[in-house]
Parts: sequence; C-alpha cells; structure tokens
Amino acid sequence: MAGEEPKGCVSPAAGPIAPKPATGSGQPATPVRDKEETRMNVTVGKEAPDFEAAAYHEGGFKMLRLSSFRGKWVFLCFYPGDFTFV
Amino acid sequence: MSAVAGKAAEFKKLDVQVLSCSTDSRFVHKIWQEQELSKMVEGGVPFPMLSDAGGRIGAAYGVFDEAAGVDVRGRFIIDPDGIIQAIEILSPPVGRKVAETVRQLQAFQHVRKTKGAEVCPAGWEPGKPTLKVGPELVGKVWTVWKPDE
Repeated sequence: MAGEEPKGCVSPAAGPIAPKPATGSGQPATPVRDKEETRMNVTVGKEAPDFEAAAYHEGGFKMLRLSSFRGKWVFLCFYPGDFTFV
Repeated sequence: MSAVAGKAAEFKKLDVQVLSCSTDSRFVHKIWQEQELSKMVEGGVPFPMLSDAGGRIGAAYGVFDEAAGVDVRGRFIIDPDGIIQAIEILSPPVGRKVAETVRQLQAFQHVRKTKGAEVCPAGWEPGKPTLKVGPELVGKVWTVWKPDE
C-alpha cells in the first residue's frame, strides 16, 4: 500500500488502478486487469490514470500512489532508463 | 533527469510535485543517485523516482515501448484535480527542455487562478499580457497581441 516500504526484490508497478469504491478507504490498490480497460484514453482534459509504484526517495524506499498527490500540480516524467545520456 | 533536478527549486516554488519514472528498479535508482546524479546536481534528485517494473504505468500512459521494454521520454502535466493538462512525448535520442515545462506550468497555474477568465497566448511568459476571453475579443486579438512580442 502507498506509504509502506515495498516488499521483496521485484516490485511490479500497479497501474492503471480503478478508482476506489466509495466505501473503501485504506484498501490496497487494485490494478485494472481487464485488457480493454488498460487501454485508457490518455489525453488532455482526461483524468490521469492512477497507479502505485515502488519509489526511491530521500535515501529510502516506499510505495507511492499518484492519487495521493491530489490538490497539487504534478509533473510526471518518464524516461528510458537510469544512466542514459540525454 | 539531472536537468529536471537542476530546476527543482523552481518546481518547489510553484508547489509542483515532480515524479520521475522509468522501468529500472528502485535499487538502480538508488545507485544512480549516489554514483552519478548527486555529482551532477548538488544534493542529487530531490523528488521520488518511481519504478515502473513491468511497464504497466508507461503502457497506461502510452509511452511504453514494448520492443525495447522501456518507457520513452513522456511528460505529463497533471492539475490538482488529477486532470491531464499537457503531454509531450519524445523518442529516445533527444532530451527535453525543462524550462518549457516550467513555463507551461506557470501558464496553466495562471489560467486556473483566473478560473479560465484569462488565457495565455502563444509564447506567453509570466509578466506578459494574457487575453481576456469573451465575444468582444473575437476578431480583435490583433489589437492586444502580436506574434513577435
């Protein structure tokens, strides 16, 4: 769950994550499994697909969830790999 | 990524949360930070570095290259409501211009502050005039804005 330390050596990212049910607070992130649903309409004006992933931050490891940053502007930046040149 | 880290103070001033994301593991992120990034930028990368192991996040955002198994350079500006406001995707050999992301964030924040009453024309930067949306502006943009300004 978001905030916790990731477990094990391999921590596959979970995403896209279906919106939480109205009753569910504190429930673990559930990735969307349906193949149709994973092809989401990512474009301007649409909601950013939620996800949960292991992160390295300030010397430690933790699980982070995109939706936990609601209320802030987010600059999400993908890149091909660590130690690449540009 | 060090170029993004180099502008960390600007993103902080704009109260923008930076999240970087690649298919590398969190362990590789740690060693990259310690061995290289911290030597390029003082203090290294101050924001969370996400591990998209398996590429599920990149696939959801349309930036996962299945043949290479990596996420290409994609940049998404997401507003406080979780809505995507801007997208930029580059193929691997060319890096981005982080200052342009800063400019776009400033523009989107300005528009949001005015609740959409003001919009930012081409080339807008903080301090430059914005446009007030309304029927009286139709056909009259030339009176308040020129392309070379």
